[in-house]
Amino acid sequence: MKITNEMRLEFLSKSQNEAFARVVVAAFAAQLDPTLEEIADIKTAVSEAVTNAIIHAYDQNPGYVEIIGQLFDNGIIVQVIDRGKGIKDVKEAMQPLYTSKPELERSGMGFTVMETFMDEIEVISSLGEGTKVTMVKYIKNSNRTEKPR
Amino acid sequence: MLDIISHRQGDTLIVSIKGELDHHTAEIARDRLDSLLEDKSLKNMVVDLSHLKFMDSSGIGVFIGRYKKLSERMGKLGAYGLNNHIRKIWEISGLHRIIDIYDNLEESLNGIQEV
Repeated sequence: MKITNEMRLEFLSKSQNEAFARVVVAAFAAQLDPTLEEIADIKTAVSEAVTNAIIHAYDQNPGYVEIIGQLFDNGIIVQVIDRGKGIKDVKEAMQPLYTSKPELERSGMGFTVMETFMDEIEVISSLGEGTKVTMVKYIKNSNRTEKPR
Repeated sequence: MLDIISHRQGDTLIVSIKGELDHHTAEIARDRLDSLLEDKSLKNMVVDLSHLKFMDSSGIGVFIGRYKKLSERMGKLGAYGLNNHIRKIWEISGLHRIIDIYDNLEESLNGIQEV
């Protein structure tokens, strides 16, 4: 797939930034002329990945969350990257209802929501180094009126 | 980003949740709903989500937590006004199996009062 546009965003791991992050990615994805449903799917998946970085990766030690967005002809790749504590067992963490923080009333559905709302997801994590969540969403009737430069 | 407006009808608390429900605002929603439910004469709760524009999985925990509280007092929790996106989250999380979804307030009130 040929990348036609790219953006990078970095922000402090504060919960106030969850809405900011998903709105920015949605605005970037809007160049592909997605449906409202596709936009809602992307916003939700981004919100889940960013929330994981804030709650789990950085926990009590704030750091920066990076988002890289890349557009291709009929979709968007979103990478959510943290340099936090990492996930010990990615497979276990991705199980529905799994949560390491039940005391916070976490549902353990974050990765399931990302998997459901996006078309592809890959999670790479190293203990002590951080986590990178890469998600792909295909935009069914992508219709860009502006010719890419 | 999140606004909660409530009133009571008999022993049922009717709560309208407006705005966006994510990890940041879930804390606000939880505290506000729990403080309203401190009134033990309230048995049931109906949530109006017709002005809820966004919800992610952080909202699931909020509703499961309140459902548990109401169950302890033999009460029920019902919801109406879910948009397609929020309905999808309720379905994949299984929330719709424990909290009944209705079309409007009247149906919700009738539904939760059925034995």
